[in-house]
Amino acid sequence: MGMEGIGARVARKEDKRFITGKGKYTDDMVVPGMRHAHFVRSPHAHAKILSIDTTAAEKMPGVIGILNGAQLAEDAIGNIICGWMIHSKDGSPMNMGVWRPLAQDTVRYVGDAIAIVVADTKAQARDAAEAVLIEYETLPVVTSAVEALKEGAPQIHENAPGNLIYDWEIGDSAATDAAIASAAHVTEMKIINNRLVPNPMEPRAALGVYDEGEDHYTLWTTSQNPHVARLVLSAFYNVAPENKLRVIAPDVGGGFGSKIYIYPEEIVCLWASKRTGVPVKWNCDRTEAFLTDAHGRDHVSTIKMAFDANNRITGFKVDTIANLGGYMSLFSSSVPTYLYATLLSGQYNIPAIHANVRTVYTNTVPVDAYRGAGRPEATYLLERVMETAARELGVTPAELRRTNFIREFPHQTPVIMCYDAGDYEASLSAAMKASDYDGFPARKAEAKSRGKLRGIGMSCYIEACGIAPSAAVGSLGAGVGLWESAEVRVNAVGTVEILTGSHSHGQGHETTFAQLVAERFGVGIDSVSVVHGDTDKVQMGMGTYGSRSGAVGMSAVVKALDKVEAKARKIAAHLMEADESDIVIENGELKVAGTDKSVPWFQMALAAYTAHNLPEGMEPGLKEGAFYDPSNFTFPAGCYICEVEVDPDTGKTEIVQFVAADDFGKIINPMIVEGQVHGGLAQGIGQALLEGAHYDPESGQLLTASYMDYTMPRADDLPSFQVSTTETACPSNPLGIKGCGEAGAIGSPPALINAITDAIGNNDLTMPATPGKVWAIMHGRDGHGAAATQLDRHYNERTA
Amino acid sequence: MYETTYHRASDVDDAVAKLGSADDGKYLAGGMTLLPTMKQRLAAPTALVDLTHIADLKAVSVEGKSVRIGAMVTHYEISQNSAIKSVCPAFPMLAGWIGDPAVRYRGTIGGSIANNDPAADYPAALLALDATIHTNQREIKADEFFTGLFETALEDSEIVTAVSFTAPDACGYEKFRNPASRYAMAGVFVAKTGGTVRVGVTGAGSDGAFRWSDAESALGSNFTAAALDSLSLNEGDMLSDIHATSAYRANLVKVMAKRAVAAAG
Repeated sequence: MGMEGIGARVARKEDKRFITGKGKYTDDMVVPGMRHAHFVRSPHAHAKILSIDTTAAEKMPGVIGILNGAQLAEDAIGNIICGWMIHSKDGSPMNMGVWRPLAQDTVRYVGDAIAIVVADTKAQARDAAEAVLIEYETLPVVTSAVEALKEGAPQIHENAPGNLIYDWEIGDSAATDAAIASAAHVTEMKIINNRLVPNPMEPRAALGVYDEGEDHYTLWTTSQNPHVARLVLSAFYNVAPENKLRVIAPDVGGGFGSKIYIYPEEIVCLWASKRTGVPVKWNCDRTEAFLTDAHGRDHVSTIKMAFDANNRITGFKVDTIANLGGYMSLFSSSVPTYLYATLLSGQYNIPAIHANVRTVYTNTVPVDAYRGAGRPEATYLLERVMETAARELGVTPAELRRTNFIREFPHQTPVIMCYDAGDYEASLSAAMKASDYDGFPARKAEAKSRGKLRGIGMSCYIEACGIAPSAAVGSLGAGVGLWESAEVRVNAVGTVEILTGSHSHGQGHETTFAQLVAERFGVGIDSVSVVHGDTDKVQMGMGTYGSRSGAVGMSAVVKALDKVEAKARKIAAHLMEADESDIVIENGELKVAGTDKSVPWFQMALAAYTAHNLPEGMEPGLKEGAFYDPSNFTFPAGCYICEVEVDPDTGKTEIVQFVAADDFGKIINPMIVEGQVHGGLAQGIGQALLEGAHYDPESGQLLTASYMDYTMPRADDLPSFQVSTTETACPSNPLGIKGCGEAGAIGSPPALINAITDAIGNNDLTMPATPGKVWAIMHGRDGHGAAATQLDRHYNERTA
Repeated sequence: MYETTYHRASDVDDAVAKLGSADDGKYLAGGMTLLPTMKQRLAAPTALVDLTHIADLKAVSVEGKSVRIGAMVTHYEISQNSAIKSVCPAFPMLAGWIGDPAVRYRGTIGGSIANNDPAADYPAALLALDATIHTNQREIKADEFFTGLFETALEDSEIVTAVSFTAPDACGYEKFRNPASRYAMAGVFVAKTGGTVRVGVTGAGSDGAFRWSDAESALGSNFTAAALDSLSLNEGDMLSDIHATSAYRANLVKVMAKRAVAAAG
C-alpha cells in the first residue's frame, strides 16, 4: 500500500486549517458592496397572512430593501420541489402541497419565512425585520402525524385531504399475513423513532451576488451538493440559467443531510441580490437552525414478527406513520419509503415482508434525510424486535440472530435489495469476543453489589449506501441520477489535481482521494490537490450524502486514473523505446520491467506537456475525466454491543462499554473510518439517550429550540469506543468499498435501548431514554407525565 | 442585541449614581445570564453598569469559621479558595460544578444570587448555611432574600456587596444535572451545626429554592441518609417541565439529599 496509499493511516491534510481557524466558510466570504439579510419569520405554527405592512420598516436606518412573496411571484420564482415521486398503493401520485420560498397566504410552521430584509448591517436588518407588521389569522395546529391523520384534524394543504401525502406499501401483504397466522410465535411491538434536529457545527449561510455587467449570478452556500443546487435553482426555481450561475460550497462545517436541500433562504438571497442591486449575505443563528433546518426521523410504527417452531423468521409486518412536517423537502418522500422499507430484511433470511407507510403533513418544520435516512428507522425496528423476540423465545440474542442470518450471497430480499456480499457471523463473533459477552453475568453481579443495574444489548445492522444506481432509482421515482464524476489533471511538473463532484464537509476527501493517487502513481499526497464544491471548476456532480463519496465518488476517480495511467504508460514506453506492456509504475517512476530503465513521473508529465516527443498522433497534455454509475448499492453491515449501568435511584444510564465490529469492505484510511464510526456512534447514542425535538401540541412552538433544552451528546456522555473491522470486499465497485459515514448512527440506537431494557427488566422504553423516563418506568409511574413528548404519548396510547 | 451603553463603575456609589442617570439601566456582573438574554433580544437595557471592577466587591475573608465573600468574586475563584475549602469544603466544590470553565471565570456569586435562577446552585447553599446577604443598604437573611422564581428582596438600585456565613460542622452538596443545560434539576445542600441541620434545595421547587423542613427535623436527630428514607416531598410543590415531571423532581431531591448527607459524613 505504500506510506500514503490505500489502507495507510494518514493524518488528514485538511485538519490543519480547520483546527487553527483558517478554514474558509460561507460566512467568511466578503465581497465589495455586500449587505446583510434577516428573514421575517412566522411566530405561528399555522396561520393565514392577512396583510404585510413594510412602510415603517422601509424607513429604518440602513434598509436597502424588503421583499416578500408578492415580489417573488412577480419574478416567477418557482415553488420548492420534492425530487422523488412516490405513488400511493392505489396508483395515485403523492399529494404535494405548495411551498413558496416566501410564504404568501398561509404559514405552516413556526419559522416559515415570509420576507427578507436587506440592510447595511446585520443588526439594522434585524431591527427593520422587527418593524415589519404582519396581520395573521391563526388557525388550529397539529404537530403529530398520528393526530394529523385523525378525522377533524386541521387541514394543512388543500390538495392533501386528511393531511395524507401518500399511503404506500412494499412487499407481499397476503404472504406476510399468512406467515403471521400460522406462526409458532409472534412478537408484536409499538416503536417510536424520535424526532431529531441535525445540529451541524456550522449553521447554514448564503451569499448571493448578481453581476449586472455580466448578467451573472454567484451563490456561496453551505451545501453538500452545489451542483444539485445549481440545477434546481436554474431548472425549477427560475432564478438564473445554469450557464449564468456559479454555486460555490467552500469549507462546510458538517451537514449530516441537512445541507443537501436547497432551502428558501438560499433561493431568496440569490434572487434578492438582483432585486436590490447589492450582494446579499445571510447567516443563520442557532435558534433559526433549530427552527428551519430539516429535522430527521419522527416515525410511529407497529410491527409483528412471525417465527416458526425452530425460531426461524417466517414473516415481518410493519405499519408506519411518518411525519414530513409542513412541506415536502427535497428528498423527504424517499426517506420513509425506498431508503427505509427496503432495509427491513436486515441481516436475516425473511421469506415474507410487508410494510405500509403513510406520510403526513403537520405544522412542524419539514423532515428529510438525517445521517442514515430511513435506515436507522428500519434497523431500530428490526433490532429491537430481534432482541425482544429472543427474550420471549428464551434463546440468547446471538442465537436467534445466528439462526436467521443470511449466509449465501448474492441474496435477494423480498423488498427490492439484492445484497452482494457480507459475513454477518464474522462481525457478530468479533463483537462478542471484543465485548467479552460471556463474562457479562459476572460483571452484572459485581455491578449489583454496587447498587447498579447492568445490562447488555446487541444490534446487528445492515444498511444500503453508496447511493445509487441511476436507472434503478429512476425507476423508483427519483428525479436525478446518482452517479458521480471525476477529472484527474496531471500538471506539467507531475503534481496532480483531482476534481470531484463529491463534496467534503468533514469526511476528509482531501486526504483519502489523494491516497488513491499515491497508491497508483507513487506521488506523495502533498503533491495532490482535491478540488470540489465549485460549479465553475467541476463540471457536474451529485454531491455527498448516503455514504456515497467512497463507493461512487472514488470509483469515478479510479476510472479517470485508469485513463491517465494508460496514457502515461504510452508516453513512458515511447520515451524509453520499450513495449507498453513492459511498463510498471513504482515509487513515482515508470520503469521497464526487468531492466534498469526508468522515467520519473514528473518527467513523463513534462513530456506530455512539452509535446516534443510524443507517440505519433497522441494529443498533448495529461488530463482525463470519467463518470461512474454504480451497478448496485453497497451493503455495510456489522454488530454493535453496548453495556450500560443504570442508577435505579435516578434512572440515569451510564454507557460502560460500546463495541463496534463493522464490515466496510476495503478501507482507504483506517483513521478516518474510525473517526466516522465514532461520530456516527455519538449521534446514534444521542438519539437513543439524549436528543428529542419536542413541539408544543397546542401552539406548535418548538420547545427544544436551543442547547438549554435540546440535549446534544457531550464527551462525558460517551464511553471510549472499541471499534474494529472485518472485511468482505464489495464486488460492485472497483475499490471494493462499502461506505462508513452513517453506520454508527444506524446501528447504535437499538443496541443501547436493548441494553437499558435488559438492565431494568422492562421493555417499555422509548427514545430518548432520559433519566426521568427510565426512572418512571422502573417505578411504575406515569411514563412521562408533563415531560412526555407527543411521540411518547402516542406510544402510551398504543400500548394502553 | 439592541444598542446599549456600557458604563464601568469605580465604586458602589458611582454604580448607584450611574444607574440612576440611565433611562432603563441594569447592573452587569459576570453577565452570564444577562448578556445571552440581551443577545437574544429578550432584554434591552439602555445602559449597563459594570460592577466587576469595584475592588471592594472582590475580597474574600475567612476568620475562624466566619466566611465573607465579596459579590464580584467569580465562581472559579471560590472553587479554588483554600481558606473556604478548609472550613466548608462543599461550598467551593459547588462553585466548581457551576456551568463550564468560561462561565466560572466570568460569573460571580453576587450576580448569580441577584438573578436567582430557580436552577442556580448558590441559593441552596446560602439557605442551608443560614447566610447573610450584604447590600449597599442593609443585611438580608437568605431565608428572606430568595422570594420566588428570578425574584429577590432587592430593591431596584440595591447592590449585593457580599455574602457571609458561619461554616457549619459538616456540609455536603449533590446535584442532578439537567441533561441539556446542565443546570441543577435538583441540587441539595445540607449543613449541620451542632444538633441543627438545614437543607437547601434548588432546581426543583415550583417557587424557586427552598428549605426542606421535614428533612431538617429528621436529620437533626439522626444525621444519616437513612433518616430520610421515610420522607417524601409534596409533588405539587415541584417544578414540572419537558425535562422532568414533578414526581421525578421530588424523587431526585430525596436522592440528592441522601447523597449530600452521605458526602457530608
